[in-house]
Amino acid sequence: MSTLRNFLIRKRGGSRIDITDALTYLYLAVGTLVMFGPVLWVVLSSFKTQAQLVEFPPRLLPYAQETIVVDGYDEPLPLYRVVVDGEERVLAQIRRVGIEAHMIDPENPPADPARPTDAERIRVNINDREPIERLSLALENYTEPLEKFRFATYLKNSVIVTTVATIITLVINSMAAFALSKYRFAGRDAVFVLIIATLMIPISVILVPVFLVITQLNMNNTLWGVIIPGAATPTGVFLLRQYMLTIPDELLESARIDGASEWRIYWQIVLPLARPALAVLAIFSVMWRWNDFLWPLIVLSRSELFTLQVGLNAFQGELQIQWHYVLAMTVLTLLPITAVFAFLQRFITTGIATTGLKG
Amino acid sequence: MSHTPRSAPIAKRAQLQPGDLGHLVKSVFLGAYNALMVGLELVINPLQRLVGARRMAYFFLLPNMIIFGVFVLFPMLLNFYYSGTTGTRLMPQDRTWAGLANYEHLFRCGNFSQPNTCVEDMFWRAAHNTVVFVMFQVGGMVLLALVTAVILNREIVARGFFRSVYFYPVLLSPVVVGLIWKWILQRFGLLNAVLTGLGGEPIQFLLDRDWATFWVILVSIWAQMGFYTLILLAGLQSIPAVLYEAGEIDGANVWQRFRFITLPLLMPTLFVVLVLALIRAVQVFDQVFVLTGGGPGTATKYMVQYIYETGFANQIPRRGLASAASVLLGMVLLVFTLAQLWLGRKSEAA
Repeated sequence: MSTLRNFLIRKRGGSRIDITDALTYLYLAVGTLVMFGPVLWVVLSSFKTQAQLVEFPPRLLPYAQETIVVDGYDEPLPLYRVVVDGEERVLAQIRRVGIEAHMIDPENPPADPARPTDAERIRVNINDREPIERLSLALENYTEPLEKFRFATYLKNSVIVTTVATIITLVINSMAAFALSKYRFAGRDAVFVLIIATLMIPISVILVPVFLVITQLNMNNTLWGVIIPGAATPTGVFLLRQYMLTIPDELLESARIDGASEWRIYWQIVLPLARPALAVLAIFSVMWRWNDFLWPLIVLSRSELFTLQVGLNAFQGELQIQWHYVLAMTVLTLLPITAVFAFLQRFITTGIATTGLKG
Repeated sequence: MSHTPRSAPIAKRAQLQPGDLGHLVKSVFLGAYNALMVGLELVINPLQRLVGARRMAYFFLLPNMIIFGVFVLFPMLLNFYYSGTTGTRLMPQDRTWAGLANYEHLFRCGNFSQPNTCVEDMFWRAAHNTVVFVMFQVGGMVLLALVTAVILNREIVARGFFRSVYFYPVLLSPVVVGLIWKWILQRFGLLNAVLTGLGGEPIQFLLDRDWATFWVILVSIWAQMGFYTLILLAGLQSIPAVLYEAGEIDGANVWQRFRFITLPLLMPTLFVVLVLALIRAVQVFDQVFVLTGGGPGTATKYMVQYIYETGFANQIPRRGLASAASVLLGMVLLVFTLAQLWLGRKSEAA
């Protein structure tokens, strides 16, 4: 026990734990609870049945009442723990009349289920019985919306938008970055300044005219209308250009002497060498596109084209929110991003710390 | 990828291993990629012979520039023209030129601090709300991010884990963030359960103007703080440890070391964080839209939601007015951006 304690409070300096350390760990513990708690709560809630979700105060874990199938009854009967004549027994409820519950012993079912005798039928006040419960995951919250609603379609649309947009972004941004970092041509600096200048101009400032442009190009209500406008990201060009500047020009020159064309230099020398920067941009693009909301909301008005975010919003905006479905779909939506986070966290954090990219 | 050692018997290697499948997929993709690129060479190399190697730069720039020009640059210019037109039609040529009428309409106001006295009162309500939001959200968040960054910079156990803890919500989509908190804040939600458990009365957090504003700000801080913490942490780590050792030798206590070493040297990073947070906060929309829908009433309706509703969601869209409002929003962002560029130049020169 003391070695464990020593391990936990050991510091590099070898000094003992003091009040600032205690406060530090208190802050970190509270922080962890506040940051992860809400997400964890939604995940736990998403496995509860509709009936359990309206329970107040709510319970931490999802439970379901134990039932038993008894010969002669069509439906499985709910099980209760009841104290009868000072003895605790497990009984199945067959009917409830007002505040009185009619119970039978599942071990010893009535001979004629339709007409149980008074000895077989035990009358219990509903306040004297206690339901027998077990942990149970309401997986139907996940499967039903995929069948009944269009969540599978939304999921497909989100995957298409994210994949296609990321590929296009990587290709055209890396081509532009290649031109800006490895060639001298008239207007190069002007182009670069223009890109930097728009680095901070978000789409929310030019919503109306961009909508006009995509309508004119017949891209309104298509996934292309969602994909294309954000493909030429200034941040992407900037990130890749800065990285490509570190690739020595001599490498390209010697390839030219060997007779390689410019296109071949681009895809066989520069792209493989810029792989770390491409990876960072790819991760960012996936996050941007998967989480994108305002622009798809404006472009897509037909529900079969909705992305997950837009579909989820439309679904939660209904008068009677079906929380058991909404929560499950929320978990489904945050799952891919959480996976990205778990596996590529280091990439993302160093990417942000070094470039100051918007997350 | 294959985990089979080289010395494995031939017979065993002939079987398909899970690792081999990954290998297969990878080589199929790589093959397709190479084939595509070589195929493109057949088209692009003649072009190079035609224009010369040096002008190929324009070719590489072209796709990005087309999309950039059509979907960013042109709309930016069009926005100015559009903000000077009225009418219900979408296409600019169908609209009537009205000069500064939209701006006049927005600014026709008895008293700018009282949205009720304005013709376009919703715009001013949104403006007021946005100012309040920006002040409290940015102020609170930068302060919290600074505290968190300083704490994460200490010698702590499981440093990497705690760093990622604060960063996790940054990755969640605004819709998911909105829904998570809507679930927690609702009448029968977790927070009210805790409240009643402690003997209090349940509160309708999202149906009360002040509570809704409070939670919208807090949720935004929760969702974005990790990003700024990370930038500040990078700034903290670039401060040489020698300075702290010198301070310690000179007898400076923890607070003095923070006040006279950390804070001055962190100032440039802190300014960048402040401006980035401002730019972001002025555009607040999505998670609030999901969480409160702008309500109750107009308590949490902000500028971007005003633009979205005026230009798109309302029964009769007033796109000229929405454009005018977005030009004004753009001006505010431009000021912040210039401030950032100026500060960046200054810290680079220093």
